[in-house]
Amino acid sequence: MKEIILFIALALFMVAIFLILYRVIVGPSMPDRAIALDTIGVNFISAIAIVSILLTTTAFLEAILILGILAFIGTIAFSKYIERGDIIERKRSS
Amino acid sequence: MSVSEVVEWVGVILILLGAIFSVISAIGLVRLPDVYTRAHAASKSSTLAVLVCLIGTFIHIWSHDGYVSVRLILGIIFVFITAPVSAHLICRAAYRSRVPLAEGSGEDELKAVLFGSENVVVATEDILEHDRNN
Repeated sequence: MKEIILFIALALFMVAIFLILYRVIVGPSMPDRAIALDTIGVNFISAIAIVSILLTTTAFLEAILILGILAFIGTIAFSKYIERGDIIERKRSS
Repeated sequence: MSVSEVVEWVGVILILLGAIFSVISAIGLVRLPDVYTRAHAASKSSTLAVLVCLIGTFIHIWSHDGYVSVRLILGIIFVFITAPVSAHLICRAAYRSRVPLAEGSGEDELKAVLFGSENVVVATEDILEHDRNN
């Protein structure tokens, strides 16, 4: 019974990821796609947590941290690129 | 039903609640009209979904294995801190790169503050060009 509920939760997260994938593909502007990709990363974090319960292991919990950090830094880089047009600012020598 | 089993059920039900919240936030992300409302759906309800799901996982692992997972607590705190920050940054970038608001939005006061001077400059250039042509 517990496993069935966990599988249902995993399926719901997958449904959510596919719905967000529609926004990544269609999304009329670049910030739309960045927001949708960030949300996909956040949903993957909770899917990993459910999988680690289903397999009764704690070895996947590092992946949660790493995915969180990667999603955050990716979103920061996207927003900086959208706003300024470059990611790493250099001092102009003129 | 022993106590630990009840606590495990609490964790499982929290996870299911988080999954339902996540689907609701995805529906909002698909159906809302413009970037800013979509960021609202994506940041608030999706963050809540992940927090509830990770807390349920933490409770389940704690009760099932007797293992307090510090990495999971770190993940919870990290998601809780960074998700609103990234949504705010994306919204700021969207406004500064002039993504339009949805039709039917209310007043836009930031537009006069951010882009007002440019509009004035463009208007004076138009006037100068008009004068030159005549």
